[in-house]
Amino acid sequence: MIELIIFYVFAAVLIFAATMVITARNPVHSALFLVLAFFNSGVLWLLAQAEFLGIAVVLVYVGAVMVLFLFVVMMLDINVAPLREGFARYLPVGVLVGAAMLLEMLLVLGSGELSAVGLAGGASEALGGVGTAQSNTALIGNVLYTIYVYPFEVAAVVLMLAIIAAIMLTLRRRSGTKHQDIAKQVHTRKAERLRVVRMNPEKRD
Amino acid sequence: METVYLLIVLAPLIGAAVTGLYGRRLGRVGAHRVAIGAVAISCALSFVTLFGQLSGAAEPFNGAVYTWAAIQGLTVEVGFLVDRLTAMMMVVVTFVSLMVHIYTIGYMADDEHNWPAGSGAGVASYQRFFSYINLFTFSMLMLVMANNFMQLFFGWEGVGLVSYLLIGFWLNRPSATFANLKAFLVNRVGDFGFVLGIATVFMYYGSLDYAQVFGTAAQSTGETMTLFGGEALVATVACILLLIGAMAKSAQVPLHVWLPDSMEGPTPISALIHAATMVTAGIFMIARMSPLYEQSVTALSVILVIGGITAFFMGLVGLVQDDIKRVIAYSTLSQLGYMFVALGASAYAAGVFHLMTHAFFKALLFLGAGSVIIAMHHKQDMREMGGLRKYMPVTYWTMLVGTLALIGTPFFSGYYSKDAIIEAVHLAATEGRPGAEFAYWCVLLGVFVTALYSFRLFFLVFHGKERMDAHTREHLHESPRVVTVPLILLAIPSVVIGWFTTGPVLYGDYFGGAIHVAEAHDVLHHMAEEVWHGPVSFGVHALVNPAFWLTVAGVAVTWVLYIARPGLLPGVRRAFGPVGGILERKYGFDALWINGFAGLGRGIGRVLWRGGDAGLIDGVLINGTARTIGRVAALVRGAQSGYLYHYAFAMIIGLLILLTWLVGGWQGWFA
Amino acid sequence: MLELSHYLVLGAILFSLGVAGIFLNRKNALILLMSIELILLAVNFNFIAFSSALGDIHGQVFVFFILTVAAAESAIGLAILVVLFRNRDTINVGDLDSMKG
Repeated sequence: MIELIIFYVFAAVLIFAATMVITARNPVHSALFLVLAFFNSGVLWLLAQAEFLGIAVVLVYVGAVMVLFLFVVMMLDINVAPLREGFARYLPVGVLVGAAMLLEMLLVLGSGELSAVGLAGGASEALGGVGTAQSNTALIGNVLYTIYVYPFEVAAVVLMLAIIAAIMLTLRRRSGTKHQDIAKQVHTRKAERLRVVRMNPEKRD
Repeated sequence: METVYLLIVLAPLIGAAVTGLYGRRLGRVGAHRVAIGAVAISCALSFVTLFGQLSGAAEPFNGAVYTWAAIQGLTVEVGFLVDRLTAMMMVVVTFVSLMVHIYTIGYMADDEHNWPAGSGAGVASYQRFFSYINLFTFSMLMLVMANNFMQLFFGWEGVGLVSYLLIGFWLNRPSATFANLKAFLVNRVGDFGFVLGIATVFMYYGSLDYAQVFGTAAQSTGETMTLFGGEALVATVACILLLIGAMAKSAQVPLHVWLPDSMEGPTPISALIHAATMVTAGIFMIARMSPLYEQSVTALSVILVIGGITAFFMGLVGLVQDDIKRVIAYSTLSQLGYMFVALGASAYAAGVFHLMTHAFFKALLFLGAGSVIIAMHHKQDMREMGGLRKYMPVTYWTMLVGTLALIGTPFFSGYYSKDAIIEAVHLAATEGRPGAEFAYWCVLLGVFVTALYSFRLFFLVFHGKERMDAHTREHLHESPRVVTVPLILLAIPSVVIGWFTTGPVLYGDYFGGAIHVAEAHDVLHHMAEEVWHGPVSFGVHALVNPAFWLTVAGVAVTWVLYIARPGLLPGVRRAFGPVGGILERKYGFDALWINGFAGLGRGIGRVLWRGGDAGLIDGVLINGTARTIGRVAALVRGAQSGYLYHYAFAMIIGLLILLTWLVGGWQGWFA
Repeated sequence: MLELSHYLVLGAILFSLGVAGIFLNRKNALILLMSIELILLAVNFNFIAFSSALGDIHGQVFVFFILTVAAAESAIGLAILVVLFRNRDTINVGDLDSMKG
């Protein structure tokens, strides 16, 4: 019972936050509401026995990705007005499409075949619930480093590519700043740096 | 013997390659020595072969020397079939070829005058000419020595190619290139039939080898095939298709139009290719195929009718020609018609025999005409000649021999062969062969016509007033020895060869198994029993022969009109006005082929080009495709707004549609 | 008692909100990126719900991978956005029509 109450409270906050993400006037507010949405998701995932992911989404998403979002939003001096134009005009379309999709998905759910399927209890052996032999994190690790080891490696490469791509995209060389060019330093020759000047020795008086 | 046969064939090929590729380095003398040497080797070995066959020392040879290709069910070989027929052809080909080679030295001596200054093709043209005639000898030998249809076809096309090259030898003359194109195209029509004939033979007799084909054909007599919804004898179909090829190569009506024009080429090749050897390939082929032709009386009747038409009507055209070579060309057509008639009457031996005698005296006539042309500084119009007798005695006498042989004077070679043909076709007519009656009258009246045009030429050139201009007259002289020696050498067989060979070749069993004649058709065998009592009595027999009196009448008429009473000539011309007009137009065959078939072909080509190629393929298919793509793209590019959110919308709406489809299908909305 | 359908309905609502967000904020690239994050979150909800209902840990591994890819995607997306803003002084998607056909 207590679980249902928790679910409904957090779900309500999640839906409110998500709605605010897409309707907020200020992108900063949108980003902050998205943070809230992720927080709530994390709680709901904990409720569904996905402890590791619940923590991960808070740490990785809220802690890293959303901070990145906020950072960018705040760094860019965005003129919001032109971005909002047509919002009212597209509101009915957006609502209509969203509602149509929701309706169809609910039709699937409401067909009765999925009703009354319970989620795993708090002590589910397979998911590493409380009091079981292995924790949820250990179970995921077991699978991730055995069956999914290649996809895992690929995921690592994808992340590294993302890092390199982001750096390459945003990196720029400002003129007027001073750099050290190692290659040039190595390539240099004696003749370019050293000039031997012949001088007549001064006469001793 | 195999080595000998190979050598006979390969010597001219090597000669052609050497003179063709290294002609400029060899120089003129070197080139003609190589070429003549090669042909002399062939000629000598051919005589050896012939005597071997005659004495019975050598059996007929039939064997493959090289497997060209072996595909499942079909083996194409290079092989030789050397029997008495082949041996005789080899001797005729190589001997005439040798004479022509020697003669060419004189005729082409100042060939550089025939080319415009600085012409690239004029360089080493002398050597090139020798290379070509050597190549011709090679091809012709391959043709006559073949033991299978594929090699026959190879030789057939080889001589066609060389003929094409040599008719257009002076390629800077528009008339020459027109003539060689014409020859080439008309021969394509014939090849069309010829290839189909070979295909028919292969399809129904399952082989390309002569011996196997004839063996199978002999067993499957009366086999029929379905053609255009009707039943036809396989032998008839195959024979008539092969005959179409022979008609083009041997210039029979209506595929004869190329031969008179081919006189644009140098005279030696007119003698060699377009009179003595290549044009007789069709006759040789039919004689070689005699086991096949004997099975089809229909095909033989067709040959009779075509030969008869050619023999008589082409001779008539010769009466109105003024170009000395063209007269002889029409004479050749007419004589080829005689040979065809002989073949059609199942007197193959007579046809081949006339082929041989004709090769000698027609080559002689052509080379004599060439000698005259040399003297006249390459003018060929007989109206500008006359009275050449006293300037060119050797040419005069040899030409007289050739003319007498041609018209069939008793005891000359032409008499024995031609009279045998007339007798044979007469006999065939009495036996009731369809078409033989018509052919008989054609060849009989043809004798009169032959005498007319032959002596018209002779009188116009050698007798009467000297009509040439003063400059030419001053330089008139007898031709050099390289020209006169071949004339004399050719005149000898023209006179005597009939005397020796008529008996065994025509009435004996010279050909043995080489030529097969069904017993019911064997007219020559009849004649051997009834008419032939030795050459002398056959010669005397002329006196009771209508053909002889027609000849005499022809010569007499010509003598009256051109020597005794030249004043009568315009009157005669007027009397025959309309007929003369028809003859001048050559019965409209040229117009038919050039404007009719060629024009039709060009018209169809133009329609297909404009409508099919430019319109349909270029216009609709290629440009049309591009245009359609362009138009569709112009319409669709409106969708490419470039705005990110449009693409996003498209994706989302697509997703919605997909979802609707899935959910709807599951829920049964569209059922 | 919590049921599978609770989570699935919540996922569906989040997904629809994400889709509606794309329509509403069609010109603001930043909010577009955030909407995509919402959509991915909805997908993750479904994975976790099914994983829990079926007692199968593999679904959670997929969530892990989705989080990875989403992080990479937003990193690159934001980087592009920064470069875009630097070059054109705007993040208005309506101004970006140089790919117009």
